[in-house]
Amino acid sequence: MTTRIDTRFAELAKQGRSAFVTYVMAGDPDLKTSLDIVKALPKAGADVIELGIPFTDPMADGPSIQAAGLRALKGGMTLKKTLELVRGFRKDDNVTPLVLMGYYNPIYIYGVDKFLADARTAGVDGLIIVDLPPEEDDELCIPALKAGLNFIRLATPTTDDKRLPAVLANTSGFVYYVSIAGITGAAAADSKVVGEAVARIKRHTRLPICVGFGIRTPEAARAIAEKADGSVVGTALVDALQGSLDAEGRATPKTVTAVADLVAALAQGVRGAKQAAE
Amino acid sequence: MNPRLPNSFRSGPDERGHFGKFGGRFVAETLMPLILDLEKAYAVAKADPAFHAEMKGYLKDYVGRPSPLYFAERLTEHLGGAKIYLKREELNHTGSHKVNNVLGQIMVARRMGKKRIIAETGAGQHGVATATLCARFGLECIVYMGAVDVARQAPNVFRMEMLGAKVIPVQSGTRTLKDAMNEALRDWVTNVHNTFYCIGTVAGPHPYPMMVRDFQSVIGDETKKQMQEAEGRLPDSLVACIGGGSNAMGLFHPFLDDPSVEIFGVEAAGHGLTQLHAASIAGGRPGVLHGNRTYLLMDDDGQIQDAHSISAGLDYPGIGPEHSWLHETGRVKYLSATDDEALDAFMLLSRLEGIPPALEPAHAIAKVKELAPQRPKDHLMVVNLSGRGDKDIPQIAEILKGRKQ
Repeated sequence: MTTRIDTRFAELAKQGRSAFVTYVMAGDPDLKTSLDIVKALPKAGADVIELGIPFTDPMADGPSIQAAGLRALKGGMTLKKTLELVRGFRKDDNVTPLVLMGYYNPIYIYGVDKFLADARTAGVDGLIIVDLPPEEDDELCIPALKAGLNFIRLATPTTDDKRLPAVLANTSGFVYYVSIAGITGAAAADSKVVGEAVARIKRHTRLPICVGFGIRTPEAARAIAEKADGSVVGTALVDALQGSLDAEGRATPKTVTAVADLVAALAQGVRGAKQAAE
Repeated sequence: MNPRLPNSFRSGPDERGHFGKFGGRFVAETLMPLILDLEKAYAVAKADPAFHAEMKGYLKDYVGRPSPLYFAERLTEHLGGAKIYLKREELNHTGSHKVNNVLGQIMVARRMGKKRIIAETGAGQHGVATATLCARFGLECIVYMGAVDVARQAPNVFRMEMLGAKVIPVQSGTRTLKDAMNEALRDWVTNVHNTFYCIGTVAGPHPYPMMVRDFQSVIGDETKKQMQEAEGRLPDSLVACIGGGSNAMGLFHPFLDDPSVEIFGVEAAGHGLTQLHAASIAGGRPGVLHGNRTYLLMDDDGQIQDAHSISAGLDYPGIGPEHSWLHETGRVKYLSATDDEALDAFMLLSRLEGIPPALEPAHAIAKVKELAPQRPKDHLMVVNLSGRGDKDIPQIAEILKGRKQ
């Protein structure tokens, strides 16, 4: 079974180009603006969309993404509405891969089987669930694979060669390499160290490897794009969005363009990369 | 016999950290290797007689154990029923049961060569215990505490700082214990190489619920022996307050396979169960947070709700996973006491026995007021007096002043 993710990475490999993966929080700051932002992402140069599921207690996220989640929740966002947003996006775009990223509890409460069925129908291609390590694969990973969704796993600097096979065993779509030990939006990763880490993971898998955490500028995105199959930018986009809001935290006419303009600049950085990693 | 019941209530968790369907290891990949390392290090320590000998020495001479099992004569007379014994955990060095667990974890951290210790704290008792043992062993200590709790437990904040710990007020979320735990987890993810996370209760990812329970079980083990000496038999009932539930688990666990012993856990009902409260079992349902599956307070979308309790130590929207399992198997009965009931119990114990309890065990005393009169005079009831009330005196003085006006 091939998902939009598999298709997209195969195309990019043919073009010899590294993917640009963008993360935004669903419903930040409201459902309508959020849908407009997601629709603008592919046009601005995003190859893959990661859409955050808001959660009250995002333990692996820094202050920016925490605040984005709380803004979305305050605006009445739920997992159900997140799936509505995906359906809205799919009306006009049936090719850009879309991955939901978040924490397990909202999915567990929604009901795993119902969630997987609804997510697939809505047009979700994959899941990144931060607090589900391979030790808990029975919970969601295995059912997701059976339902035809990719389950994208995080590999980190603490994932050593001994542990990598366990982490990669049920991973599909791509591998998300977290370039630093830390939370989202923290210190930037050194691209040389990242290159070594990507090479190390490549010895264990043929899946594409995308690198995230700490990438904020076109230059940084370009440096990572030269070492990996994709680079992920989240916090910088969330910060750009936040900077466009009014004093009450509501969207302004500048909100969608603030995100889209930064995506375009970052996408140019990625496209300027010499050559994607082998 | 109910076929669902296990042969023993003391055999959990399984190798994946499950108590029935509860528990587990729901953490980010960055932390997973550390948790596996900890599990290994703890297993080695647990099997090493030298580890236990060292613990025993410090528990006796540094903590001041065994803590007395004290017959509360005037409280017993006043309530006119069961004979009430207080397990005096408030007499431990640092003023609560928390030190039993911290000592154990610091011993494990030392064996693992970790020099930087982080902790979360609600009432500040776990933070104080951690700061104390870090001072004793020359370790760096960082304590995360919700900004709301920093304000209402000022004496403990000062104590931690005096002991050399850095107290970081947490401004995110609801600014109480759950957010302190989120922030401690964020620190741990960032400083994986040199940092040991000293969790204060029987929650978090496996092996924490098991390890903390093991370290706290000294409470129940001593109680069993002391009651044998005092009365020549087992107690008939046990009562303890529950936030995460470590003092309760420590008292309960050695008695779980003694079917004659009735066991009661008391959650914080705050303003009442239909309003803001912190009673996860009474008002919550199973979900996943902070590394484990357990009963949690949440809305229909799975978003975690604010807990409320007058007691910062019980102000947490979850409960240890083993408690969730003991609830579902029916072995332990979970009750709840409101803020007002706890305050009344605080005053009652202070006036009758000259022992001001912390607001946390005041919740247990509040239910003893209901349970003891319904039981005969030869019924032996043990209450875990898990902490002393000194830290709460400024807060209680404020409340009483407000009531007079």
